Amino acid sequence: MVDVLERPGQVEEHGHEEHHGPTGLLKWLTSTDHKVIGLSYTITSVIMLVIGGAFAEIVRAQLTSPNGHVVSLAQYNELFTMHGSVMIYLFAGPFAFGALANFIVPIQIGAPDMAFPRLNALSYWLYLTGSITMLSGFFVAGGAANFGWVAYAPLSNSANTPGAGADLWIGALLLTGFSAIFTGVNLCATIFYLRAPGMTMFRMPIFTWNLLITAILILLAFPVLTAGLIMLYCDRHFGTHIYSVVGGGVPVLWQHIFWFWGHPEVYILAIPFFGMVTEIIAVFSRRPVFGYKGMIFATISIGALSLGVWAHHMFTTGVVLLPFFSIMSLLIAVPTGIKFFNWIGTMWRGQVWFSTAMLMALGFLATFLIGGLTGIYLASPPLDFFTHDTYFVVAHFHSVVMALVLAGFGGLYYWGPKITGYMLNEPLGKIQFWFLFIGTQVLTLPQYLLGLDGMPRRVAIYPNSPQWKTLNVWSSVGAVMIGVSTIIFVVNLVYSWKRYPAGDNPWDGQTLEWFTTSPPPHHNFYRLPQIRSERPTWDYNHPEHRSLAHGHHEEPVHEEVPVA
Amino acid sequence: MRVEAKLLLGLGLFFGLMCAVYWNWSLENAGGVMMFAGMLLGFLPGGYYYWWSRRMKPRPEDDPNATQSGGAGVVGAFPGTSIWPFTMGMGAFLCILGAVFGIWLLLPGLSLVVWALFGGTAEGRRGGPH
Amino acid sequence: MEKPTLPPQGVTTPSHRRRRVWGVVALPLAALALAGCTVPSFGAKAGPTETSRSTYHLWQGFSIGAAIVGALVIVLILWAVVRYRRRSDEIPPQSQYHLPMEWTYTIVPILIVFGLFAATIVVENQVVANPKTDVTINVNAFQWGWKFTYPGTDAFVVGQTTQNPTMVMPVDTNVHINLTSTDVIHGFYVRAFNFSRYALPGIKNQFTFHAVATGTFDGQCTQICGLYHSLMFFRIQVVTPAKYQSWLASFTDAAAARAAAKATGQQTSSVVPSKSTSSHGAQ
Repeated sequence: MVDVLERPGQVEEHGHEEHHGPTGLLKWLTSTDHKVIGLSYTITSVIMLVIGGAFAEIVRAQLTSPNGHVVSLAQYNELFTMHGSVMIYLFAGPFAFGALANFIVPIQIGAPDMAFPRLNALSYWLYLTGSITMLSGFFVAGGAANFGWVAYAPLSNSANTPGAGADLWIGALLLTGFSAIFTGVNLCATIFYLRAPGMTMFRMPIFTWNLLITAILILLAFPVLTAGLIMLYCDRHFGTHIYSVVGGGVPVLWQHIFWFWGHPEVYILAIPFFGMVTEIIAVFSRRPVFGYKGMIFATISIGALSLGVWAHHMFTTGVVLLPFFSIMSLLIAVPTGIKFFNWIGTMWRGQVWFSTAMLMALGFLATFLIGGLTGIYLASPPLDFFTHDTYFVVAHFHSVVMALVLAGFGGLYYWGPKITGYMLNEPLGKIQFWFLFIGTQVLTLPQYLLGLDGMPRRVAIYPNSPQWKTLNVWSSVGAVMIGVSTIIFVVNLVYSWKRYPAGDNPWDGQTLEWFTTSPPPHHNFYRLPQIRSERPTWDYNHPEHRSLAHGHHEEPVHEEVPVA
Repeated sequence: MRVEAKLLLGLGLFFGLMCAVYWNWSLENAGGVMMFAGMLLGFLPGGYYYWWSRRMKPRPEDDPNATQSGGAGVVGAFPGTSIWPFTMGMGAFLCILGAVFGIWLLLPGLSLVVWALFGGTAEGRRGGPH
Repeated sequence: MEKPTLPPQGVTTPSHRRRRVWGVVALPLAALALAGCTVPSFGAKAGPTETSRSTYHLWQGFSIGAAIVGALVIVLILWAVVRYRRRSDEIPPQSQYHLPMEWTYTIVPILIVFGLFAATIVVENQVVANPKTDVTINVNAFQWGWKFTYPGTDAFVVGQTTQNPTMVMPVDTNVHINLTSTDVIHGFYVRAFNFSRYALPGIKNQFTFHAVATGTFDGQCTQICGLYHSLMFFRIQVVTPAKYQSWLASFTDAAAARAAAKATGQQTSSVVPSKSTSSHGAQ
């Protein structure tokens, strides 16, 4: 049926018709509503988080003893490959730009839906089928892909890795790659064309700005991966010699193409979570975002620079221009630092209250600080030479991604009431937080020491040194704590099911999504406030406390807000 | 559309500069080509938005003093519920499985994709099943 | 309250003199104090080669910077959440910008980054340099072991997985390594040398070690290369030049013995002598 998307006038009661349509399974298969699609993405990606986490627990079980017999050497290679692949391709990316983004971005800018609703639905189906494709590798002869989530040539060619598992991995990434590209198109078009009146670009919430930058990065990076994967498939099946020495190919070309996508990818993952953290810290400090424009320019800088640093993953190949990639990688620390100081500035002189969402955001700050600082070492080639492919790098990126996981749970606790209409239990949430936060440090801190002491990554067994065994045991304890925190979250979901109805604005939120009902109605808004800043809901609820443009004087900006 | 145009043009310019420095310094072609393509991706839509922003009527969402009643009314007519995204998704899935398990799967796969293309386009023009 | 009067220019008061003495003494005191306490290792080790030691000092420098920045940020976060925790429902001041502060924490990190980059370049140029050398070793990585050949000599060491082939090299000498792979990408990693480099098929990677201490050091493959990646061990044994020469000579003697035996028509065992010496290195 045709939907005529309408935008209501200012603070008018819009005579809303009851929305009739299919229900149940048929509704799920045919819906193009961004709220339904966003919820589908959220549920699917959290299931992928649990699956990837289960693989991690098996890996850590194997590494608890030097000569573990939990799995065979061959199974171990499949497990860490699929752990990384599921977590990055099937959980973190889709959660970052498909789940909360799909749900929240249109509402934050006052749009009735995404610009291309059917393309949005297609993105989800490509994601779901891509996930099934990748995981079905476990059920074919030869098992799932086993060459690491990066699939370096020549290890990933048909001679070294025969079998359908690798091809299913490639096919899955083609499906999820197009899913991401279509989402990138949708986000750009929605943000450029469907903003509400008065919502100028520099009045958009930081979360939406971050998703815009993410969308542009997706469009720049994902096609490169797609092309590289197609070439890998051709090498494997059509007798081409693109990545093989025999026949005049260049194995290192795979790394250039993969990492040209791969480094922007980690920022595609991180930048949406940065946006979640920004929103949460502002609301739970009862302050505006500090340095709003600086935040935006910092995020644009991170995105732009991220396209020029890919070969810092290739320092040890000996064939890349070390100084160029070193200075570019070191420079990314600057805008990241600006964001950190702006987050602190948002809390400064605020009234900080420690809801679960805020605790998760603070946990993100502490954990990302460690991960970010260790990343600076890796930007220096001499220092990278002896830490590359050791547990130091494993610890660095697990600090960073666990920080993103903390931020993601913060987003779920913060926006959960808006999406479902019900709050999650706060005490259970705080218990989950402590297990997750402490578990993350217990997981990663021993791994830094292991890497500096010489333990390589992607090994199933290691020399029998008491010190290495102790550190590995501690790291595995951390993994178990993280697993426990996930179970607590599931318990919270079940316990809180339809138990605590949320109002429109349980947190005194500032941005436009908090102006509408929880959950929002069909086409999102019955009424819209006047938009004169990046905090339209705050301005409407607290007109005498609008932001001060300059840090010094206390008088409010003199502006009449027309009465509704 | 000014801000959008400047954002994309600025990115294109940055990638162009980065490409010039990198390609001349490293003489490495893969990175050079990819950065050059990134520059084009900034300039192409950015240039279009810039050209269009100078010719278009001002939009309520670019007006800092806009009122909601100014932008009220129909935003557009979009197909609501639709079976075509699911159909196309299943078709793509079968095509990929065909690449892995046997080319015969391309037959149902491509059929579904083409059917969805036609069905979806018709739905967009006609307004879909009533 | 009356404003304190400043002494006329050029006249030193007792307090001025005290401050000057402290100023003159403070700097050497600080230097002595710093020399007395060692800079922490921050988890890394100096190692036995010239470049491992420069890399180690670079690591320490980066770590000091990271510790200072990290401590500053942690203190700021903790201060914010403790000092500004919610005490009432009163809405706090809604200030949003402080341009001087924002410019400061933009410019200062850029300067720090340039400092880190400069230090990096100095060490990097040393690590990747390939000065003239008298000793060359060809390293060939394969699934799943290592082969070391010494061009111009008969020395030849090969071993798979736990056979742990040992590369012998002389101390106080520039040793040039040519590294390649015959199949997939492997990682030539020696933790003690603070170094690793990929062995790439079709490409010859070249680097130079200059050991300044003897000893035996473990190495391992760090780049996933298939089923036995976890077991691709090797060792580097740094010995005195005399021992190195005698080790090389043992290969020449063995080769000569084989040639002599062949010449007299005797059947000899086809075991390559290097295999048995690979696990034990130079005697």
